[in-house]
Amino acid sequence: MSEQATSAEPLVRVEDVHTYYGKSHVLHGVSLTVGAGEVVGLLGRNGVGKSTTLKTIMGLVQPTQGAVTLSGRAITGLPPHKLARLGVGYVPEDRRIFRLLTVMENLRTGLDRKGVTEDTRKTLLDKVFAYFPVLAERRAQAGGTLSGGEQQMLAIARAMMLEPKIILLDEPTEGLMPRMVSQIGHIIEALHREGISILLVEQNVPLTLAASQRVYIMEKGNVRHHCAASELDVHDAVIKQYLGV
Amino acid sequence: MGAIVEFLHSIPIDLLIIQTVNGIVTGMILALVASGLTLIFGIMDVVNFAHGELFMLGAYMGVIAFAMTGSFWLALALAALIIGIFGAALQILTLRPLIGRDPLNTILATFGISLVLQNYALWQFGPVARKMSEPISAEFTLFYLQYPWYRIVIALISGAIIGALYLFLKFNKFGVWIRATTQDRVMAQAMGIPVPWVYTGVFALGAAMAAASGVLFAPFGGVDSSMGLQWVLEAFIVVVVGGMGNLGGSVVAAIFISLLEAYAAVWLNPSQAVIASFIVLILTLLFRPTGLFAVPK
Amino acid sequence: MTSASLDKTMPLAKRRLSHTAAFWLVFCAVMAALIVAPLVLPEFWAGFLTEVLIWGLLAMSSDLLIGYTGMVSFGHSAFFGLGMYGAAAALLLVKPANLWLAIVFGLGGAAGAALFVAYFSTRLRDIYFAITTLIFSQIFYVIIFTWTAVTGGENGLIFDQPHFTIPFLVNVSFNTRTMHWFVLAVVTGSYLILRRVTQSPFGMVLQSIRENEARTRAIGYPVERYKIVSVMLSGLFAGLAGVLYAVQKEFAAPDFVYFLTSGETVIYNLIGGVGTLVGPIVGAGFFQLARQLLSQWFGDQFPYLIPLGIVFIVMIIFLPQGLLGFARRWLNR
Repeated sequence: MSEQATSAEPLVRVEDVHTYYGKSHVLHGVSLTVGAGEVVGLLGRNGVGKSTTLKTIMGLVQPTQGAVTLSGRAITGLPPHKLARLGVGYVPEDRRIFRLLTVMENLRTGLDRKGVTEDTRKTLLDKVFAYFPVLAERRAQAGGTLSGGEQQMLAIARAMMLEPKIILLDEPTEGLMPRMVSQIGHIIEALHREGISILLVEQNVPLTLAASQRVYIMEKGNVRHHCAASELDVHDAVIKQYLGV
Repeated sequence: MGAIVEFLHSIPIDLLIIQTVNGIVTGMILALVASGLTLIFGIMDVVNFAHGELFMLGAYMGVIAFAMTGSFWLALALAALIIGIFGAALQILTLRPLIGRDPLNTILATFGISLVLQNYALWQFGPVARKMSEPISAEFTLFYLQYPWYRIVIALISGAIIGALYLFLKFNKFGVWIRATTQDRVMAQAMGIPVPWVYTGVFALGAAMAAASGVLFAPFGGVDSSMGLQWVLEAFIVVVVGGMGNLGGSVVAAIFISLLEAYAAVWLNPSQAVIASFIVLILTLLFRPTGLFAVPK
Repeated sequence: MTSASLDKTMPLAKRRLSHTAAFWLVFCAVMAALIVAPLVLPEFWAGFLTEVLIWGLLAMSSDLLIGYTGMVSFGHSAFFGLGMYGAAAALLLVKPANLWLAIVFGLGGAAGAALFVAYFSTRLRDIYFAITTLIFSQIFYVIIFTWTAVTGGENGLIFDQPHFTIPFLVNVSFNTRTMHWFVLAVVTGSYLILRRVTQSPFGMVLQSIRENEARTRAIGYPVERYKIVSVMLSGLFAGLAGVLYAVQKEFAAPDFVYFLTSGETVIYNLIGGVGTLVGPIVGAGFFQLARQLLSQWFGDQFPYLIPLGIVFIVMIIFLPQGLLGFARRWLNR
């Protein structure tokens, strides 16, 4: 497995994390890593704890056990706004853009940070509008008036405003038309080329295998399988076992 | 028919016009108080019972600052600043620990704070009301009255503050943070917005607005430790009638209710005129509980 | 939180029996102490204890709404006040002053206020309801304060204390001791009734409404009707407290209808422990005792509400279940 080839600490390390929702034991000791500039896929059926893993990394839920580190530094227990400033971007399931804010204001929530110069602002906005021209068109429109696909783009663009080291993407293709799905694939590719790490939670196996370098497969709150994406095929027995109907 | 004509003749038109002016003036101050209250509720989901006491302490700060500096405008700014900081400290100490708990806790906590502040003021400043002289002594003639200009000025200032708040929320970076936090607290955090500090800031802002209203109202009547109670009740009525969390709605409701009370005062005595606001409240609750003047934010 | 682990090893029937026995044992011990109290305490403290019981009854009535139905109300000063003024009306209008008539009038007045509040309770939720009840108690205050001809306005009403009468059998005037026992009997009776109510199927539905109103409605319960009954019951017992106060003190004043009284009632609830019925009585006792001691040690002018208010706020943050909160499960079994 290539991640241990160098002794460099991975960008994000999740170590034996247990998380509860109330009394419900959702994560039973999840461990995974994401290296710098890597795209890592996290596959699994509904309800196995993929989203919860992302939320634990982002500090939206506190684990009862285990640790999460960012570039070697312990981040377990830090509040989400600190993590965002440390370079962790989060694009949740169902997008959750600010519906009553305009597209521009949505972007501003990530852009109005300490230490962002006027130049950086311009560069980031230009980049994002180049990626997503439709957002440039609709920049004065309220987020709630955008279509599903446009909202997904806005959610990703918004995270990009944080100049993140890693983006946690939760089911970005859910509910999107096939044309949009392939666009998402291109976007992930483009982000990868820029050197941004991505932890991609998805149910769309072909997209994930194509976009990722490594994949983890989860079942019932645990990681059951881990390998390079190239070693897997859509029709593999492993895929059928953990993701088949 | 004749009785109606007689009644119409007996209406003192000039008195009504004077009361209209009075109503609008008090309405603007009430709007300022209610704006702070509805802001705090709309953004933090906190029912701030201590709002009336912040109003009252602001008035006292204003009186003291005026005595020291001789300038009404400086006193206004100082009082708002001091009480704003005080409000921030209060929120950090007593309300932050309660975030995420049952709303009953915050209602009780702010009620407790109001008790402490009210009794502190009574103890510290004594039961005799303080007076604050008017910032502008010029008057103009309104029918048979010499109407003081400062009242008009104060109404304009209240309006200006509310307007500034609106612009702040719409265009300023912190305004965007506040609006994002109100819509989706979790995602606001995920975008790096320090939500606990946004809450502190909003509370401080609301407190500063209450304090400013207190100073603006001070020249009208005396400043004493119980003035907060009367205003906070009216402010709550305004907030419910205007729609909780609805800034525009509370401004319109404040003026509407103040006008009604001012007119009622022509025929009833002042302590009974307040019944007008009660009637408006009951009607609102019966027919449009989400707020009579639901103005989109 | 369950009671002592010892219970877990005992068979079910025996477990229940030992809890019932324990409860009644404690109950009898407390009752004995309260009955004997006026015989050993100096006059002032005996009267003080009686007053604590009355405030305790008020707070207990409020607990039915807050602790069991989950409806925060700041309107209890209205129920209390109307009970007080209702009793005053009976004692002033009908001579010779009749105790039972005072109770009837007082309960009637309180019921009227309760109906008014109950109607709105079904249309408003949570914070809106809390604020509205607050404003309602103020409405009653303003009416009472300004309708001087009927209510005596600011000065209130003064009247004579009625005798304790059972037709054809008894006719004695009250002294501090007998007044105390009368109040104790009424408050104890109220507690037992309310306890019965909260442990009945009706009470279970109320608690279900407190936990999850939407689900309770979805199951098919007419939530509105339950809420109305809960408000009426709560209002009646609050009014009863008002009657007792009027009878003990021989005056009725608008101060008690001011919303601050409602606020203090809720404070007793929280300090003592919501959802326990007796907790609020303890809370009332704690508060009144602290106030009394503070003004005795530091003088009448001492702003006792400052330290008490701070204690209250600190309790909300660190001990929201109240002084008797630890016993909540035990008291409700």
